[in-house]
Amino acid sequence: MSKISNQDVQRLANLSGLQLADDEADGLRQDLDKIVEYINILGKLDTDGVEPTYQVTGLENIWRDDEIKQDLSYQQLLSLAPESAENQVKVPQVL
Amino acid sequence: MSQISDFLGKSATENVKNALERARSVEDYHALLSLTKQRALERAALVDSGQITGRLAGVPFVVKDNFLAFGAPSTASSKMLEGFDAPLQATAVEKLEAEGAICIGKANLDAFAHGGSTENSAFGATKNAHDQTRVAGGSSGGSAVVTALDVVPFALGTDTGGSIRQPASFNGVVGIKPTYGAVSRYGVVAMASSTDTIGCFATTADDANLVMEIMAGRDTRDMTTLPDFWLNSPELNKKKIGLIKDFMTDDVDSEVRKQTLKYADKLRSLGYQIEEIDLPMSKYSLAMYYIIVPAEISSNLARYDGVRYGRRAEGVKTLAELYGRSRDEGFVTENKRRIMIGSFVLSSGFFDAYYMQAQKARTLLINEFKQAFEKYDALIGPVAPTPAFKLGENTADPVKMYLADIMTVPASLAGLPALSLPAGVSSDGLPIGVQLIGSYQSDRALLELASKVEAL
Repeated sequence: MSKISNQDVQRLANLSGLQLADDEADGLRQDLDKIVEYINILGKLDTDGVEPTYQVTGLENIWRDDEIKQDLSYQQLLSLAPESAENQVKVPQVL
Repeated sequence: MSQISDFLGKSATENVKNALERARSVEDYHALLSLTKQRALERAALVDSGQITGRLAGVPFVVKDNFLAFGAPSTASSKMLEGFDAPLQATAVEKLEAEGAICIGKANLDAFAHGGSTENSAFGATKNAHDQTRVAGGSSGGSAVVTALDVVPFALGTDTGGSIRQPASFNGVVGIKPTYGAVSRYGVVAMASSTDTIGCFATTADDANLVMEIMAGRDTRDMTTLPDFWLNSPELNKKKIGLIKDFMTDDVDSEVRKQTLKYADKLRSLGYQIEEIDLPMSKYSLAMYYIIVPAEISSNLARYDGVRYGRRAEGVKTLAELYGRSRDEGFVTENKRRIMIGSFVLSSGFFDAYYMQAQKARTLLINEFKQAFEKYDALIGPVAPTPAFKLGENTADPVKMYLADIMTVPASLAGLPALSLPAGVSSDGLPIGVQLIGSYQSDRALLELASKVEAL
């Protein structure tokens, strides 16, 4: 019995900004099903009162002076864009 | 296999030409995606004329192709970044170049470093240096193979959950995943920011130590870097090493266990006591890893949208379609799996049960390690459950592929330094590595210990 449905896959693809080809969606559904089944083992673990760890260095905010450093020119960065016009990155219609 | 010292004091141009020639002669392993011939020869001329000097003057090396480096495109083995001409270089590469090292090419990897075999490369799998029917391991498979095939004396890799250690084991070379934060990640394609590390492959522990010492240290362009601790590594003075029992079960290949015990015997002969130790949280590590890491991947890979750089789908009418189609075309299936798992564990209704639970479990794992290092200088165990598996053997089942990481992910989640060291070969002649895990910032001392074992 599958826990991840086709609708789940479409919802996750949507959240992930992926437009999946139909033939790929079903394979991914089966894969995600197996992976979720595997990671469910963590549900058995008692973590009451345990603090989560998001990072391991213990480093806290490190401040620097707000100085402008120009490592790269805007022309260099703009040249990386697949399409640009009039010094701006070009995209298709938004709305 | 050659060492860094074999290249010092020689003509840099000759060193580079020989390495390029050697790279061409082993092309059928598909370990390299590109050669940086022109730039390498230009740099070599500068070394030969004395304009560049340093501890690695004229020594050729290879970078995993998720490092931004000049001379050839930086692709992360993905269609997304195919042909991407980096406008800057990774700090790690800059530091090596400043010491005279010369990058001669870029190594294959699983696309965006997602994988454990290099089979997820968008440009084809790399073959194992010792058996062309087997995987190179991954994700830094290409870097391990060029080191093992003697193309270069060292190569750079990244290790998020075992991506240096496992291919080092599969190809019979030294690999180091340093303490989290040891080396700047500026200019390296991000995967999972809480466990991504930069390390290297080499043929000896001393060479790895030198390369890491050069790369390590604070970088104002990566605020997660630690102040340079390399030369102030804690000494291993407890003279006790813990053998991780949970890594020595029947699920692990008997030859792998045998080689691990053989290496432990060598440590004994150096005056270390070996005691078995339980690490009960390790059995939950892989589940934690495949929650936390996909979550971070889904966030880090959101930047690939077909707008500012990278692949852009053609013939699309709206912005939403541009994102969706560009990402569909630019990512391999494993990238999509991980991004979607990340979206799943972070989505409302599942966040507490998966993501938060995994981060709490991570605290418990770290506590177990802390306790262990109160008593032991280091922990020993295998790197991977088996020697290199066959090409295609695990590609149909993602969970089976993930299980190859089961003994490397604990150190990653805890941010600890860990080495993969050649221990011996299987009856089929396949290399088997052993893993040494150390306490925070004990990287240099671990490598010095490995060097003493090499000398036995």
